[in-house]
Amino acid sequence: MTSVDTTARRTIEVALGTSGLDANGLPLRAPLVVQGQSAVALDALEALEGMSRHEPELDSDHMLINIGPQHPATHGVLRLVLELDGETVVRCIPHIGYLHCGFEKIGEYRQYNQIIPWTDREDYLNSPGNNVAFAMGCERLFGVEITPRCTVLRVIAMELARIISHVVWLGTTSVDIGAFTPFLWLYQERENVYNLLEGWVGARLTTSMTRVGGMAADIPDGWLDGLRAFIKGFSKTLEESVKMLETNAIWAGRTVGLGAMSAEEAVNAGLSGPMLRASGVAYDVRKDFPYMDYETYDFDVPVGTAGDVYDRFLVRVEEMRQSIRILEQAVRRLPDGPVNIDDPRLILPPKHKATSEMESMIHHFKLVMEGPRPPAGECYVAVESPKGEKGYYMVSDGSAKPVRWRIRPPSFVNLSAIPKMVEGHLLSDVIAINASIDIVMGEIDR
Amino acid sequence: MPATPRGLPHRGGALNPSAAALSERFGAAIQRAEATWGETTVVVAREAIHEVVQWLHDEPSERYDYLVDVTAVEYRDAMRPLEVVWHLRALGARRFLRLKVELPSRGPLVVPSVMDIYSGADWLERECFDMFGITFEGHPDLRRILLWESYKEGYPLRKNFPLRGRFSRAEQLKQALAQDPEARYSMNELSIAEAFDSLPDDMRRRLAEERARTGSEGGE
Amino acid sequence: MGVTPAPHRPSIAVDPKSQDGWVTSRLDFLVNWARAGSLWPMPFGTACCAIEFMSTAASRFDLARFGMERLSYSPRQADVLICAGRVPYKLAPVIRRIYQQMPQPKWVISMGACASTGGMFDNYAVVQGIDTIIPVDVYVPGCPPRPEALMYGILMLQQKVMRDRLRDSSLHTEIEPDPTSQLYIPPSRIDELSEPFGNSVNQTRSNP
Repeated sequence: MTSVDTTARRTIEVALGTSGLDANGLPLRAPLVVQGQSAVALDALEALEGMSRHEPELDSDHMLINIGPQHPATHGVLRLVLELDGETVVRCIPHIGYLHCGFEKIGEYRQYNQIIPWTDREDYLNSPGNNVAFAMGCERLFGVEITPRCTVLRVIAMELARIISHVVWLGTTSVDIGAFTPFLWLYQERENVYNLLEGWVGARLTTSMTRVGGMAADIPDGWLDGLRAFIKGFSKTLEESVKMLETNAIWAGRTVGLGAMSAEEAVNAGLSGPMLRASGVAYDVRKDFPYMDYETYDFDVPVGTAGDVYDRFLVRVEEMRQSIRILEQAVRRLPDGPVNIDDPRLILPPKHKATSEMESMIHHFKLVMEGPRPPAGECYVAVESPKGEKGYYMVSDGSAKPVRWRIRPPSFVNLSAIPKMVEGHLLSDVIAINASIDIVMGEIDR
Repeated sequence: MPATPRGLPHRGGALNPSAAALSERFGAAIQRAEATWGETTVVVAREAIHEVVQWLHDEPSERYDYLVDVTAVEYRDAMRPLEVVWHLRALGARRFLRLKVELPSRGPLVVPSVMDIYSGADWLERECFDMFGITFEGHPDLRRILLWESYKEGYPLRKNFPLRGRFSRAEQLKQALAQDPEARYSMNELSIAEAFDSLPDDMRRRLAEERARTGSEGGE
Repeated sequence: MGVTPAPHRPSIAVDPKSQDGWVTSRLDFLVNWARAGSLWPMPFGTACCAIEFMSTAASRFDLARFGMERLSYSPRQADVLICAGRVPYKLAPVIRRIYQQMPQPKWVISMGACASTGGMFDNYAVVQGIDTIIPVDVYVPGCPPRPEALMYGILMLQQKVMRDRLRDSSLHTEIEPDPTSQLYIPPSRIDELSEPFGNSVNQTRSNP
């Protein structure tokens, strides 16, 4: 094939020798294949016997396009540079760091309790979950055990966070693929959870609900009734939304077979969460390295087979159903008792004492100004966040501020697999695959 | 059936059996092993770390198939070395292991890359380079990931890096605005784009050297 | 007893020396009413505030009542740039470019503490307020601001839009940044704006 003059490659007609329209004047549906100096529709080729199909030899004319960092479909400030051969992706190079805000650096300048609002803001869809994970790490560093009531309340917080995170994922993925209605239906459920969280700790999104040794506050009276009402209403909304999508031909057509990762590839790439489970690996931190008494709850972990976008969708939907199951059990078993442990090294005295008694005032002062000091040591705690294995690695040198606060972000490692997943797919599939990873740039870039 | 860990001792708890297996196999390269809060940390000599990780990955009795994290820790005490940390999991046996390599903080910060063993180490090592300036030998594309390529202030997570950065805010803004937001800096991209001319000089020199080293095909 | 002052109602200020005639003031009102009633936002959402923005756009709080349900992700078709979330230095040229790509008349709402002042991120990575890079019309405090707070900010912006005058286009002239530094405002002013104050000066000590 002689090389085609690039300056003339402006219209299909000039470049490929065909107008791109079929006999009826409608756009040619089948992909065009270059044959010599003209283009032939692929299905017309198949009709001819003994003809070898030429793949387009246009490797010097691949298009380089840039998606992001500001783009509605990238779920945050992610920049994807795609090398396209027509509409097929040949290479994908992701660029991150557009939301890098120095979380880990600032963790070295804050006391342990002061870091808790920071944990809200990195994975902002899973704020309660991050709060719990960090407090768990601190309690391990201090070597204290929390109360039974606090344990169950934290499980409730984490599962609520899992539900609202998956709800955002489902809503935004539907919008990316073109279905707008589930977004509105599911966001109304998020508002119900926001009401609950606001009633508990006063904040909707960035909750800061744990403290080292306990919680910021105990649940108010009547809160559990609100939770039960939510559980009932949510199941109905979820089933409605899923029914719209699960067997929908458009949804299936746009998600089945896309971005598949095999189990070995996924494990080797360090994927976690629904990405890994959809590929067939039954690794869930709640089951394999349990915390907060998760081994005592009766729930299943959905595991997929194909590892494509559709499987990830099914896995996340099922996880939401299982979260509801865990919530029901947690509500039934919530014990009475104190929410904070009785350890003066960690817990502030009650306010009425701190404002009237000298010792309590001094105690309050030292805890607020200096902060609790753990013994020198380090620990790595991992929880199953909605995105995957979320880990906090904390190193203490005996002072009130950590020496190192490392966040092991699940989305960071999950996103690093995107070049492998989108190769060979179409441009619109890139959007769907990117959506299926469920990334939160706050966590990736920190 | 695994259970929520309770009553973990601060120090001196039971070590992960892999620690003993490592000492047996590698001998003096394993400098020490300790258990803190139920987690086993094995400190390895820098020269042996790649072999150790390879062995942990391949050995049928160990099968540490999952790389959780690669990071580094620098202590406030300037006498203590900088530690590069690998967190590994054996998913089948449900084990967790932490490997460390100690590097003198004033010396060259170079460790081998484990990207050939775990493909997930790619971005994790790039981030460690970005934040600490630790070079991972054998990583095909070690460049900054969270900060922009031409970031001049240094390596943020080092203890000698002040929290608000080294430059004044106006200077930081000037440098940030001088970036080219459409820049494409990986060898991958440069092999197909003509962005080479828009790079800063020192980077062009570095990439030219790399290109000369890896041959004219460009990176892959 | 005394005289209680009448409640302040924002009204269109009338300058007796202005040359506005009856037609131009009616035209002003019409144009401003049309613009204020259909401000098409460009959501530059980066972090948590973007989630609250999405909640504001969803059914409970509903931006459609302001005519703002048509989110424009292309700056070319947008009126209001709503910067929702923290802006690190790596993202600064991007938001600058997007602002410059928006056609006049354009406004900017800085949503949240991080976009307004850098918020809790007083460190090497975050721009201490997007007003150092682009001109801001309305600041909405909060971390993240409640949807009601954002709506209050939008109402304030609508009042600002209503105060526009066709004769006086000073607000809508493009200012070119200084070509040597790319900054709109002088470096000393930027440093002044970004200086930590109050207890923040003590937050940069790592040693306890």
